Amino acid sequence: MYKILYNEKIAPTIFKMVIEAPLVAAKARAGQFTMIRIDEVGERIPLTIADIDGKNITIVYQVAGVTTYKLTEKKTGEFLSDVVGPLGHATDIRKIGTVCCVGGGVGIAELYPVAKAYKSSGNNVTVIIGARNKELLIFKKELEDLGAQLYIVTDDGSLGEKGFVSDILKRLMDSGDKIDLVYAVGPGIMMEVVSNLTKPYGVKTLVSLNTVLVDGTGMCGSCRVQVGDETKFACVDGPEFDGHLVNFKELKARQNLFKEQEKHACKIRGI
Amino acid sequence: MNKQSPEERVKNFKEVAFGLREEEALKEASRCLFCKKAKCSMNCPVEIDIPRFINAIKNKKFEEAIMIIKERNNLPGVCGRVCPQENQCEGACVLNAKKAPINIGGLERFAADFELQHASIAEGQERRVEAVKVAVVGSGPAGLTCAGDLARMGYQVTVFEALHTSGGVLMYGIPEFRLPKEIVQKEIKYLKSLGVEFETNFIVGKTSVLTEIFEQGYKAVFVGTGAGLPSFMNIKGENLNRVYSSNELLTRVNLMKAYLFPEYDTPINIGKKVAVIGGGNTAMDSARVSLRLGAEKVSIVYRRTENEMPARKEERENAKEEGIEFCMLTLPTGIIGDDKGFVKSMECVKMELGEPDDSGRRRPVVIKGSEFIMDVDTVIVAVGQSPNPVFLKATPNLTVNKWNKITIDPKTQATNIKGVYAGGDATEGDDTVIAAMGAGKRAAKAIFEYLKNEK
Repeated sequence: MYKILYNEKIAPTIFKMVIEAPLVAAKARAGQFTMIRIDEVGERIPLTIADIDGKNITIVYQVAGVTTYKLTEKKTGEFLSDVVGPLGHATDIRKIGTVCCVGGGVGIAELYPVAKAYKSSGNNVTVIIGARNKELLIFKKELEDLGAQLYIVTDDGSLGEKGFVSDILKRLMDSGDKIDLVYAVGPGIMMEVVSNLTKPYGVKTLVSLNTVLVDGTGMCGSCRVQVGDETKFACVDGPEFDGHLVNFKELKARQNLFKEQEKHACKIRGI
Repeated sequence: MNKQSPEERVKNFKEVAFGLREEEALKEASRCLFCKKAKCSMNCPVEIDIPRFINAIKNKKFEEAIMIIKERNNLPGVCGRVCPQENQCEGACVLNAKKAPINIGGLERFAADFELQHASIAEGQERRVEAVKVAVVGSGPAGLTCAGDLARMGYQVTVFEALHTSGGVLMYGIPEFRLPKEIVQKEIKYLKSLGVEFETNFIVGKTSVLTEIFEQGYKAVFVGTGAGLPSFMNIKGENLNRVYSSNELLTRVNLMKAYLFPEYDTPINIGKKVAVIGGGNTAMDSARVSLRLGAEKVSIVYRRTENEMPARKEERENAKEEGIEFCMLTLPTGIIGDDKGFVKSMECVKMELGEPDDSGRRRPVVIKGSEFIMDVDTVIVAVGQSPNPVFLKATPNLTVNKWNKITIDPKTQATNIKGVYAGGDATEGDDTVIAAMGAGKRAAKAIFEYLKNEK
């Protein structure tokens, strides 16, 4: 049983939870995730580790179905049945030069530990974050405190510039400044747009994929994705892959596999 | 043995085979010839003294019968249900000459179930004697067996399990209707009563690496990490929606109880026309699970003939009784999807048997011009599993063979790393539950010798 120390809404539909999970916290590095299960009937879901503090890990989740809805109902002092990790490969954060970190929606929370790690290795880090509107722009303070060059965009212009993260990225690439790596995490369509954008510029691009998972340890293939000519498992080969090789069309299609079931489960619970 | 009728059982996940009733068990036990040099025992991978336990049943000494079985077999309720007895004890019984071998599996199950129902004798005695810690990685049949034997030798045993529930393939792989999960959990409870500790949500290779396990004070380690990496056929369309590895289907249904969705939160999306590719027990399990999830037509698609199928005889018979079609000498070459990315049909080609290959079985050869389309909306790929890479990648100095199976000394299960032993599907050798148990027992003996000499 893993104790919940904090569980609060930080934006409409987005929550932050701090969990006491010493074994996970001890080993977790930027880019890795945890699998959690709320209770005996619960499903196992993956959540990126957004921060670590001593024995505790921080996860940020967006309400998208039954399990994430059930998470919102957990109170401080209550427990999660299972928390395991860290899973996936840690981000390779060696000093390479200039890294442009791009985050969209709840992906911004996932971007935070990676941007922090790249900065601490001595990279020149630029951060571009975007959301639909001001309310949904999470982790603004945390990213400001990093001391990196920060660009903010919102679809409706309620905060920062009006537009999409790809607009800023294109501007930066067109300005002639050398970018050694683009790291993008967010909705599938955002990562696809960013990858398609950087390809003709020849800028290496890593994306952190958000597939469906069951175990998270490589035993089922639920998270498989085509990368170049090969099929990879996001849980053990990823979650990061070369954005120019990922088959985004297939990735998006596979995310729909249980849509009917999920809709039904939400409907009967009135979610 | 009595079973649920096929029409009834395809609608539920309850155990298919009813065990022997007491009168039936007594009658069967009386048929045994109690051979002096019993061929059955000689063909048991864990060398159970079969005539002796059958004799105890005959004399209505059921508690004694299960004690005899447990001298050699820590998981009798499991083995009685899943062993391929036709290749082992029953296959060797002299009464085969009269086409009436003793139902040894049924008798073992009878004794085990009797004990599980009479809880008072199911509790072992915690007998920690040595203050020496041994770690077991993986809580499948190999790990559970090794842990039980080590605990009885007096060692302080901790079993590290990556998943949230112990039991390994006994929980996630074998369906409820073949092996009720309650039986597995009772067997684990018995191990806990011997003093074995279980740490779930602990992935050796991620949570801690092998060297750290030794640093934490464990003097020896048994690795039973299994073969949990699914193989795919590498044909086009294999990533379409409703193409699953058998591991995914079985994990969702058996471990996460997706058959009880939405009461349980894990979903499964199976269509009406299912093709299961493969010929082993996993393929049979996948097919029979698909039926119970509501599929109207389920086919086993196998590139050889039924003679070459590795699946247990009882499972093949049960599958046929349940109406599953056996499409033999058929090889899928591609899966076609609709515009939403879901399976629409499968391209196949017919095969014929040629010369034997490495496994000794006749090699399947494509018949040119025999291409055809199979009308399916779901494909389950059950063509094999290989060792899970998480532990192996984190332990690069461990010697493995070209199929990533851990190399071991077959007498002692020792790996190339001092103090590290391995068994079960993670190593070379047969991939059955009973073989894993045999390996767990050999390893426990070898660990005992090793620790004695290390003092």
